Amino acid sequence: MRKMYDNQLGVLHERLIQMGALCETAIACAVQALLNDDDALRSATKDKEQEIDLAERDIEQLCVRLLIHQQPMASDLRQITAAQKMIIDMERIGDQAADIAEISSYMQGSTVKSDVHMTEMARCVSKMVTDSIDAFVSKDFAQAQAVIDEDDIADALFSKIKTELIDLLLRTNGKLAEDCLDLLMIAKYFERIGDHATNIAEWVIYYLTGNYKKQNV
Amino acid sequence: MNKISIQNLNLFYGSFQALKSLSMDFQENEITALIGPSGCGKSTLLKSLNRMNDLVSSCKITGQVLLDNEDIYGTMNVNLLRKRVGMVFQKPNPFPMSIYDNIAFGPRTYGIRAKMRLDDIVEKALTSAAIWDETRDRLKKSALSLSGGQQQRLCLARALAVAPEVLLMDEPTSALDPISTLKIEELLNALKRDYTIIIVTHNMQQAARISDKTAFFLIDEMIEYGSADQIFSLPKDKRTEDYITGRFG
Repeated sequence: MRKMYDNQLGVLHERLIQMGALCETAIACAVQALLNDDDALRSATKDKEQEIDLAERDIEQLCVRLLIHQQPMASDLRQITAAQKMIIDMERIGDQAADIAEISSYMQGSTVKSDVHMTEMARCVSKMVTDSIDAFVSKDFAQAQAVIDEDDIADALFSKIKTELIDLLLRTNGKLAEDCLDLLMIAKYFERIGDHATNIAEWVIYYLTGNYKKQNV
Repeated sequence: MNKISIQNLNLFYGSFQALKSLSMDFQENEITALIGPSGCGKSTLLKSLNRMNDLVSSCKITGQVLLDNEDIYGTMNVNLLRKRVGMVFQKPNPFPMSIYDNIAFGPRTYGIRAKMRLDDIVEKALTSAAIWDETRDRLKKSALSLSGGQQQRLCLARALAVAPEVLLMDEPTSALDPISTLKIEELLNALKRDYTIIIVTHNMQQAARISDKTAFFLIDEMIEYGSADQIFSLPKDKRTEDYITGRFG
């Protein structure tokens, strides 16, 4: 029956998966750039961020075309609405990955990052982003809910890193203090990426159930 | 408050059952849309609400249709029923007479003869149907000289002229252009303050736009009935979802 419509929805689904994969790559590059002081990966993060921006515009246009051509209802409408919301969060994830990569370039050679829980934080929010995209791909309510629950862990890690950095600042010299502040910003960006992954997971749940943040929309 | 209450309605055309064990209520001052594929019984249901099916000799009905708690298939006078429950059809069907006489036809049938009274009724009905400004200077002209959209509003005015309580509308905009459709939809939204409106439509966007409640029919039964917001955003039954998203129909 609705071949063209299903094809267009299929294209939307594929493009979202591709944009999600770009976000995962951008974060992975940013994390490795930070942990390994790698300029090539910093540059790769920036490239991915630009690809993510293009993907956002492409998907937004596709959604508008679908709304005009098909006047969607019910789960089709939820899929398109959720897509329009998810790409905003994905675009912000790309920006924040690029910010992390940029700030990491100011603290080359610094060892202070290994004195705080930054690796755990990076691992935690990377997993949240991957899982939120996977939840969308596999239409998995439980996985989306798990991402939302994991945001508490990301928030707790941010608080822990902040405390660790304050301790370091209290017994530190000038250059180390600057590194600490840079790291605090990086930790905040990671924490925000966790929030965006949570938003994506909430839109996945809306797409699957019609409930957004436990309310009927 | 329920204006019409249907209880266990079964309707047969000969041996063919068009409606099966239907029970549902229509709320006063609301627009209820009936949707579903062709042949699912929604127009049959509409016609059973003012006994238009009486004109079909093979039609047999069991169950009750209560209008303000009175069974319309009991002792109620059919002419009085049709005065209380008016109908507008898919294609505009003005009588081949003047605009004025089209509107005055019903009131005259019910015994109103005084010209001043009829003038008042005609103006009010045409105003309510948002066509007074376009017709006030040509009331003696043939109704057939009007455009399709104007003719449909004229038919609506004709239905309103006898002061009904319920308006039944069978795909009233399917033969109209988008602007005329919009005018009718705006009109219905305004008219529901004073009338109970039940509309059959094949246009899902129209049902979503104008109805307070929507009922989905399939073959000979009602599958789902709920607020339009719920039906079009989160239908409970997969068959409803599949129909409104165009997976069949």
